[in-house]
Amino acid sequence: MKTPDQNNKKSLAEAPPSGGGGGIGIILYGAGNIFSLTAALERLGIPYGFINSEEDFDKYDRYIIPGVGHAGAAMNKLKATGLVPKIKALKKPTLGICVGMQLLTSYSEEGDSNLLDIIPVKTLRFADSAEHKVPHTGWNRVYPEKENPLFENIPSGSHFYFVHSYFIEYDKAYTLLAADYGNQFSASIWLDNFYGVQFHPEKSGEFGETLLTNFSKI
Amino acid sequence: MLAKRIIPCLDVKDGRTVKGVNFVDLRDAGDPVELAWNYSNQGADELVFLDITATVERRKTMVELVKAVARQINIPFTIGGGINEIADADALLNAGADKISINSAAVRNPKLIDELAAAFGVQFVVIAVDTRSIGDKNVVHLNGGRLPTERQTLEWILEAESRGAGEILLTSMDHDGTKGGFDNGLLKTVNDAVHIPVIASGGAGKVEHFVDVFEKTNVDAALAASVFHYGEILIPDLKRALQSNKIEVRI
Repeated sequence: MKTPDQNNKKSLAEAPPSGGGGGIGIILYGAGNIFSLTAALERLGIPYGFINSEEDFDKYDRYIIPGVGHAGAAMNKLKATGLVPKIKALKKPTLGICVGMQLLTSYSEEGDSNLLDIIPVKTLRFADSAEHKVPHTGWNRVYPEKENPLFENIPSGSHFYFVHSYFIEYDKAYTLLAADYGNQFSASIWLDNFYGVQFHPEKSGEFGETLLTNFSKI
Repeated sequence: MLAKRIIPCLDVKDGRTVKGVNFVDLRDAGDPVELAWNYSNQGADELVFLDITATVERRKTMVELVKAVARQINIPFTIGGGINEIADADALLNAGADKISINSAAVRNPKLIDELAAAFGVQFVVIAVDTRSIGDKNVVHLNGGRLPTERQTLEWILEAESRGAGEILLTSMDHDGTKGGFDNGLLKTVNDAVHIPVIASGGAGKVEHFVDVFEKTNVDAALAASVFHYGEILIPDLKRALQSNKIEVRI
């Protein structure tokens, strides 16, 4: 009979190499550069790999949907991969970042686009004004509305780095973090295993790195 | 409320910083990544790298620099200098740059702004404008302020905005190097006329100059080089001074 210690050694020996699986699967669909995201995961020692097909989903414990640019164009690229039904049925923790978060919503004013409709809220355009220039660019404070491990060890009112012209409407039911830029909006949304953050954790200093580490443990 | 950004600017040639730096605790003051890391630790909100490499290998050295910075640094950064075409910008974006800054190439070929904005989004495109007053006019200059153009500053900035500039980095050559304060008059005029973020540059000498520029012009960010490199202004002190003047900053 093996001791627990031996069991541990065996499982370590069989564990896939870092970057090969077991960690975060980044869903690739051609929407934006992910160099900074993967660099952050490497710095943090979080294993990751890439998802190009349905079979790839089984290799990972959790997923990130990245994205920059135009939400409608991003949705079209995502549809073209054929992965949409699989994504909608995911049960493991899944984090959308920036446009990847907007894709989780039902609709965006950007390109009048229907999106994944995993979380029933809308993505709207900021009204620009002298006081609130668009895109909303820079460091803004976020405030947790709910208890969630994603925001563990991050004080309420911490600054995160945003770059976006479209925002997700505030909705008490789904807003995990609220922020304000001319109007209140969702800096983060959450429903079951699906999470979204509008800011870029990979560019948001120490707290951004804390958030990525938190996600890797959810 | 959006925080006002403090941005140290690093001049880089062949992958090394070229202006003198006298941080006491640096192993290698010429290493842009180590400097960048030091600044991000001090609380810089963003970094700008101006690459003045003149060799034919320039794109390759810029891409290597950007990758090295993106691997180590967890705040956004802009790279400028010698970006002339979409392919340059594409290579830098894929290496991890958050924004590119275009100056002469945009003045010579304004359509480049439209093309860059269409390809990568307006948030990626910073238009750097070097301005100097001639008589009663503010005139756009090229080649680091040495070459006057036909373009008037505000008119050029408004055109750049309408073509898809996402941000304006405005350097007053009249104030640059004087350490006498930012050009608050011109900055206010420009900031009030556009709907995109404006970064003030040129003239920072002491902490009060940063307080002034944010109070008098409401620009989004302030950039400086030598006062940070020589340790004349420490970013944590600067941020505390701004905060005590009720200016929103990230601390």
